[in-house]
Amino acid sequence: MTSFVKPFIRRKNEPTNALGLVRADYDGAMSTLCAGCGHDAVTATMARAFFELSIEPHKAVKVSGIGCSSKTTAYFLRDSHGINTVHGRMPSVATGAIAANHELAYIGVSGDGDSLSIGLGQFVHAMRRNVNMLYVLENNGVYGLTKGQFSAAADIGSTAKKGAVNELPPIDPVSLALSVGATFVARGFSGDRDQLLPLIKAGLKHKGFGLIDVISPCVSFNDHKGSTKSYAHTYKYYNPAIHADYVPPSEQIKADYAAGEVMPVKLHDGGEIRLRKLENGYDPRDRAAAIGKLFESGQSQEIITGLLYINENDKDMHEMARMEDRPLNQIPYDELNPGAAKLKELQKGFR
Amino acid sequence: MRPTNTRNPDYFHKVVDCQWACPAHTPVPAYIRLIAQGRYSDAYMLNRDSNVFPGILGRVCDRPCEPACRRGRLEEEPVAICRLKRVAADHRGDITDSLPKKPAKTNGKRIALIGAGPASFTVANDLAPLGYECTIFEKLSEPGGLMRSNIPAFRLPEQVLSEELGYILDMGVELKLGHSVDSMDALLEEGWDAVFVGTGAPRGKDLNLPGRWDTKDEDNKDSENIHIGIDWLESVAFEHTKKIGKNVLIIGVGNTAMDCCRTSLRLGAKNVKVMARKPREFFKASVWELEDAEEENIEIIVNHSPKSFVIKDGKLTGMVFELLEYEIDAGGKIISQKVTGETTIPCDDVILAIGQDNAFPWIEETSGIKLDKWQVPEVDEATFESTRKGVFFGGDAAFGPKNIIWAVEHGHQAAISIHKHCQGKMLTGRLPNEVEMAPTKMGMFEWRYSNSYDDAARRKMTHVELTKRFADLDVEVELGFTAEQIATEVERCLNCDIQTVFEASLCEECDACIDICPVECLAMTPDAEDEDQLRASLSASENIEGQALYVSDALPLTGRVMIKDEDVCLHCGLCAERCPTAAWDMKESLIQIHYADEQDGGQKRGLGT
Ligand SMILES: Cc1cc2nc3c(=O)[nH]c(=O)nc-3n(C[C@H](O)[C@H](O)[C@H](O)COP(=O)(O)OP(=O)(O)OC[C@H]3O[C@@H](n4cnc5c(N)ncnc54)[C@H](O)[C@@H]3O)c2cc1C
Ligand SMILES: Cc1ncc(C[n+]2csc(CCOP(=O)(O)OP(=O)(O)O)c2C)c(N)n1
Ligand code: SF4
Ligand code: SF4
Ligand code: SF4
Ligand SMILES: [Mg+2]
Repeated sequence: MTSFVKPFIRRKNEPTNALGLVRADYDGAMSTLCAGCGHDAVTATMARAFFELSIEPHKAVKVSGIGCSSKTTAYFLRDSHGINTVHGRMPSVATGAIAANHELAYIGVSGDGDSLSIGLGQFVHAMRRNVNMLYVLENNGVYGLTKGQFSAAADIGSTAKKGAVNELPPIDPVSLALSVGATFVARGFSGDRDQLLPLIKAGLKHKGFGLIDVISPCVSFNDHKGSTKSYAHTYKYYNPAIHADYVPPSEQIKADYAAGEVMPVKLHDGGEIRLRKLENGYDPRDRAAAIGKLFESGQSQEIITGLLYINENDKDMHEMARMEDRPLNQIPYDELNPGAAKLKELQKGFR
Repeated sequence: MRPTNTRNPDYFHKVVDCQWACPAHTPVPAYIRLIAQGRYSDAYMLNRDSNVFPGILGRVCDRPCEPACRRGRLEEEPVAICRLKRVAADHRGDITDSLPKKPAKTNGKRIALIGAGPASFTVANDLAPLGYECTIFEKLSEPGGLMRSNIPAFRLPEQVLSEELGYILDMGVELKLGHSVDSMDALLEEGWDAVFVGTGAPRGKDLNLPGRWDTKDEDNKDSENIHIGIDWLESVAFEHTKKIGKNVLIIGVGNTAMDCCRTSLRLGAKNVKVMARKPREFFKASVWELEDAEEENIEIIVNHSPKSFVIKDGKLTGMVFELLEYEIDAGGKIISQKVTGETTIPCDDVILAIGQDNAFPWIEETSGIKLDKWQVPEVDEATFESTRKGVFFGGDAAFGPKNIIWAVEHGHQAAISIHKHCQGKMLTGRLPNEVEMAPTKMGMFEWRYSNSYDDAARRKMTHVELTKRFADLDVEVELGFTAEQIATEVERCLNCDIQTVFEASLCEECDACIDICPVECLAMTPDAEDEDQLRASLSASENIEGQALYVSDALPLTGRVMIKDEDVCLHCGLCAERCPTAAWDMKESLIQIHYADEQDGGQKRGLGT
């Protein structure tokens, strides 16, 4: 816990984005997490991504469940909409919110406990529906908030702080996402912002469900020797494989690149994602290849990170379900609520 | 890149922008903290070590520290450093017991100091307590140099000046007033162990335009309506001149011009115009002096170049000016000028305030002291020795007109040289500066300084009402800070001497410090060949002021480096509060600058606050 606040200081000559806002305009309340927590680094990176994309804070929605990770929605975008749902229920609340207004930018923040145990069903179905949101899973291998019990993401053989050894196989959110239809699947590490920042930007701009599984060490309960989610272990086995840059429509002509080095993927907004550091022939648009790659790296202890899979062709929930395009709050009341007579008529059709 | 060597005494010194910019390196944040604690006498004495005249300088210092102040990079206005110095002086108790004493015995070495300005007084201040017999020769009837004869009493009350000069005279310094030194050769024959020349730059520049010498009064002598600024101010200070005409033109727009125009108002002028050749952004006068003059309804007229004096029947009636127009480039430089017309402005008096020159008519070539064609002596910039061994220069006499605080610093350096000269030691074997680091941590989130950021704006000095200030020449205009103003202004100081100190081996690369930093001056990045590459990873790097980039040793986990842009750091200590491993710590840097008494085995003073 902290007994100090980060002051909001506007300096002269401070860099601003296209909206004239400064980076600190995207901050939130002071974090109450332990100093050194990986989640705080992710929070800061998310704030920067929104700043750099010049997203108006009031056009963003933060949703989360329960956990240290889920608390962090309070620590960025102080002027955005947000809701902390009950444990594991963030995906359904997000789904509902998007159905009501799909013009906002949705970011879900969850933990490995919140998503892979109590919330597993919800998590899987949101991916299946290809709900248009970026889902950031801050993965520390434990239930941080409840003091360090193993989560379903803990690796076999990883030890708890007091020595207990985990014997259950882990659920890998990335493999899971690939198998149920998420259309943007990535892994990152809170310690590598150069990789994480563009991933978050690309994920926000991708249309459909984007998952970033971010290894985010818990300094208090899972940063010891024997843990496979510690800073030291992650740095040691870290492999930043596929780097993804988001390039907005306005900047496309400027950057040129040698073919082969970079693979461009066109996005719905007219911008593109440029993939770099691809290993020989790996194509992140190929789901089978992605699954193979993941399996391969799982044989060693290597932690493969980057944008592993992207699919810009599948319809998102909105399109698939042929939902109303206008946000509900922009539809005239009469139309939104046509009255009892119309309801009766509708019900007749089901008899 | 090579990791930064923070043990180099200049490294942290440079981070303390104000102290670095101060010619005498006054430890500003340290004295501001003492003021915050109500320890005014301690704050005064800490000031006195480096700048000798806190009461005087707290009013009239040229304050090069303020434009340099870090606070001014954050918002529009710097900390009111100079005003706080005056607070220390105004509220000090009796400090006579803490002053250096007149020694019981002298060391038999006799030093002649010529000119009783701040330079000579500083030399005496440093040498008299060591046993030197110092004699100051002053041609005027009062000591103080330009501080007495030119800086008007409404800015610097006589009693403030006398008191601080008195402290030094009480150390057993002999003062010979009304004693002009007219021959260097003759003085040298008297067998002094060392001679210090602190005679200033006494010759005010004249303006040889048509009509300059045509005025005559009844007895056919040169009229008294065209004045040389510094001579005129001296004559006012010594009450030889007590009035001036209704309409006065001041030529020039430097600090002397500001004192001339404001003094004119106090002698009865009703309509005073300061005539400038160039546009406002090229004025030499300090911003605050311009503001103070304009507050008194002085009119400043730009783009007027003097052409001739208008004389009718031997009497000055006005001046002719050419109207100028300038072409200024994007960088703010004048690239061309043209005359667009001419105008005559009527007046009763003209005061010329267009600069000063050195003049040493009393230094003979035979003395072995070399002067260049502008009468500037050839003086060593570190030792202040002239081309004749044992003769030293300082203050305005050394390198032309500067200001009081430079005169003080020259005095300190010359005193070290004189001390070494008299002992037959090498003048260049001076003690180098040192830096000591003192812990400031008191507990969890608790430091020995007020680290929380206070966004208060600079306090404004209150002035005596306009209706009351012209009655007398010596009504001090500035009233000093109130208790509320003191309490607020001290908190504006960022404590730049409380340094962020990094221990790479403790860092676990969690990024917490980077995220908490409210000005984003930290980053971790792969090491690179040059600074620009490293700076690219800082999101908010500006480096307009030329502050350093700190580069750590390689970090244990990834071999990356921690970098820090010293330019924007607020010294808020949040990085150290946030770091789970105390890899960042806040430590006070004590820059040890050594004076004459500390040289050659003398006791070092230390700087504990
Ligand atoms: C109008 C005016 C306003 C100023 N305002 C400020 C200000 O606000 N702040 C600031 O920092 N600086 C100011 N200055 C500059 C500052 O006063 C000088 O830089 C400073 O006083 C120089 O100190 P000094 O010891 O070198 O010599 P001076 O102060 O010039 O003293 C030299 C002394 O030597 C005496 N002397 C000269 N020749 C002989 C001789 N042959 N024999 C014996 N005695 C001799 C002179 O009478 C004089 O008393 C101002 C200057 C002027 C002209
Ligand atoms: C319904 C319900 N069951 C259990 C809990 C207790 N609980 C709170 S947080 C949490 C796990 C959080 O783990 P994770 O999502 O990984 O977050 P972390 O704190 O590790 O970031 C649990 C089980 C709860 N709050 N609500
Ligand atoms: S903020 Fe304080 S310590 Fe820093 S430069 Fe200004 S006066 Fe000096
Ligand atoms: S003291 Fe630390 S947190 Fe504060 S501005 Fe400086 S580097 Fe940033
Ligand atoms: S907070 Fe401390 S441990 Fe974490 S990165 Fe900064 S210096 Fe290193
Ligand atoms: Mg967790």
